Amino acid sequence: MVTTLEEFQIETRAWLEENCPLSMRQPVKSMDDVYWGGRKAKFNNEDQKQWFEKMSERGWTAPQWPKQYGGGGLSKDEARILKAETDRLNCRPALYSFGIWMLGPALLHYGSEEQKMEHLPKIVNGEIWWCQGYSEPGAGSDLAGLQTRAELQGDEYIVNGSKIWTSYADRADMIFCLVRTNPDAKKHSGISFLLIDMENEGVSTSPIKLISGKSAFCQTFFDNVKAPARNLIGEENAGWTIAKYLLTHERDMIGASFISEGQKTLAEMALETLGEDPQTEPILRTQVAQHEMDMLAFKLTLARSTDEAKQGQGMGAKSSMLKYLGTELNKDRHELIVALNGFDGLGWEGEEFNEGKIVRDYLRTKANSIEGGTSEIQLNIISKHILGLPG
Amino acid sequence: METTIKEKKQTYRPLVLDEEQQLLRESAKDYLREKSPVAAFRKLRDEANPQGYDKHLWQEMAQMGWAGLTIAEEFGGMNYGYLGLGIVLEEMGRTLTSSPINSTVLLGATLVSLGGSEAQKKTLLGGISEGKLVLTLALEEGNHHQSLPKQTTATKTAEGYTLQGQKTFVMDGHVADKMVVVARTSGNATDTQGITLFLVDAKAAGVNIHRSQLVDCRNYAKVSFENVTVSAEDVIGNVGEGFAILEKTLNIARIGLSAEMLGMMQEAFDRTMVYLKERKQFGVPIGSFQGLQHRSADMYCHIELCKSVVLKALMSIEEDSAQLPMYASLAKAKVGQTLARVSNEAVQMFGGIGVTDDEEIGFFLKRARVAQQSLGDYTYHLQRLVKFQKLA
Repeated sequence: MVTTLEEFQIETRAWLEENCPLSMRQPVKSMDDVYWGGRKAKFNNEDQKQWFEKMSERGWTAPQWPKQYGGGGLSKDEARILKAETDRLNCRPALYSFGIWMLGPALLHYGSEEQKMEHLPKIVNGEIWWCQGYSEPGAGSDLAGLQTRAELQGDEYIVNGSKIWTSYADRADMIFCLVRTNPDAKKHSGISFLLIDMENEGVSTSPIKLISGKSAFCQTFFDNVKAPARNLIGEENAGWTIAKYLLTHERDMIGASFISEGQKTLAEMALETLGEDPQTEPILRTQVAQHEMDMLAFKLTLARSTDEAKQGQGMGAKSSMLKYLGTELNKDRHELIVALNGFDGLGWEGEEFNEGKIVRDYLRTKANSIEGGTSEIQLNIISKHILGLPG
Repeated sequence: METTIKEKKQTYRPLVLDEEQQLLRESAKDYLREKSPVAAFRKLRDEANPQGYDKHLWQEMAQMGWAGLTIAEEFGGMNYGYLGLGIVLEEMGRTLTSSPINSTVLLGATLVSLGGSEAQKKTLLGGISEGKLVLTLALEEGNHHQSLPKQTTATKTAEGYTLQGQKTFVMDGHVADKMVVVARTSGNATDTQGITLFLVDAKAAGVNIHRSQLVDCRNYAKVSFENVTVSAEDVIGNVGEGFAILEKTLNIARIGLSAEMLGMMQEAFDRTMVYLKERKQFGVPIGSFQGLQHRSADMYCHIELCKSVVLKALMSIEEDSAQLPMYASLAKAKVGQTLARVSNEAVQMFGGIGVTDDEEIGFFLKRARVAQQSLGDYTYHLQRLVKFQKLA
């Protein structure tokens, strides 16, 4: 059925009003409030279940994926409208999923038809919880130096090694992994992209506690783990291309993830914490204004970058710029939030301090400019690929 | 519901140039590179050119429509809009082109278009479009930008008004045909009420003009008004109500100036990147050193922020947005901050050659500092941002 964008908007708004339960229009308070799906999935309540099922029925958990893979089949413009309308009602995402955010885009780009048919629908309907296996204890910024080994024996790979910063590995069903399939080739040319079932024998995980307290991060160990050869995405030893594609995608997401329309501005927080008398903390007020200047400029740059991409003017290395600016700004924002709140901003436990939310969030931001490629790596990429500076 | 959806649709304007605007940029770039490279500016300086700009070139630019970009068609202009003017200013920033475009088009024509009577528009805007009239704004009285005059007054007489006072940093003051003088006709020094705008002929009796030499070698002047008689027909807008017209003009001009500064910034940066690839020390191009790479990459990111801010600010003029004052300050503050840094880093990265007069990079630093100071510097506009965010 052909509808104009306006009709689509009217229809979508009405559908959301009808199908998004009121409790699903409240801000997410913690990770316990969100639905991740998976083999062992449990809904926290009926509303969550209803909201998820309605959305996944329409394929709107992955609005732009083609319909044959279970996606919503929406055009860019329609997806933008859907996003605007869900933002308008403050609808929670119906499904949190690394499958939607990361693996799916890579599969759509590099997967075979069989692989797409096998994995994408299960991502859309939340059947499988995916996690990501990129970094290793010895391969952080030098990601291509990764050592987790996968050897083909018959129609199976045997995997040995360890991955780190694997978010929710202790709860996930499957992991998409970068593994070394040719130890003799140059480091970028011996890497493959492999899917591994976390239930397989030899997989174990151990949680990592961060400076902010408990976290979703884990270390994951592979001890003679078997993965069928058909789980290889793309050609053997050509995994680095997929990895780079996904990293670009991840950086775009991280850069943009700190901006949400509902979020209080720092200036608003300053007024709440410091009051309206300009004589109270005048220098801190100025620092807030400086931050807001850059934040406004950053929001406009995100919008411009989206608008340029729509006209085909985008370029990949821009992701590094947005990731760098977004994470550095977010760190700055949280420095100032702590400063605005003074001693309260340093409370670690107890109801009086909302269980230390301010300082824990602040501490968590320290990882922003490390995960997904450090700020220094982003600056290297900009130097090389945008500015064309030599080696 | 339908109407709100339609409204929403109309208000979103993508932050990109359309094809025509891109063509304007390309043609401005080509023209300026050929006719007005930085070497041409050096020549004006070295010969101590009394005009301060190339009159013939300005005539050509006017023929191409640049002087009338923002002027309505009925008054001989192109009615192309401020984004177009911003594009031209940006390209002029790249070549450090000296011309009366800031005084006459950005300030003068804007002020007359916003506040002038039909008769004033008719007599002034046509001349501006044709590149025949230089019209400037006589506003500043001290060393720092101020939109309220402290000591210039106008008193009512039988013939009209008598102007008394002194103005400084009047752009193109010594070559202007006419100037709009900001004077107080009533009220206290801090009142926005009681400000009146007077159109004064540069040759009128009692007007004394003295050219000032600033570090950027552009045209500025100190102008004193000793009992200058102005007729009531030469008031722009209403008596005592000139401030709103003035402030809007200033906001627009701050954005236009930011566009020029953006051009300067990009050119200084591009030249620096070329130099980093050419200059060898320790047997390798200095651009291979991470110490310079990371500073360059960080500057690149902030230049991108500036591009977005200037584009949005220019669009906000065309949309007559209520946010215009905020975008003006956002642009002037962010661009001023970044330009200060980029021009300093450019000189530093050029090393010894960067501090010689033979190398052009120093010209960017010099023009940058004056442009930063004009119409409010970084701290002036940051202070306004503090106010807009209700922090003070």
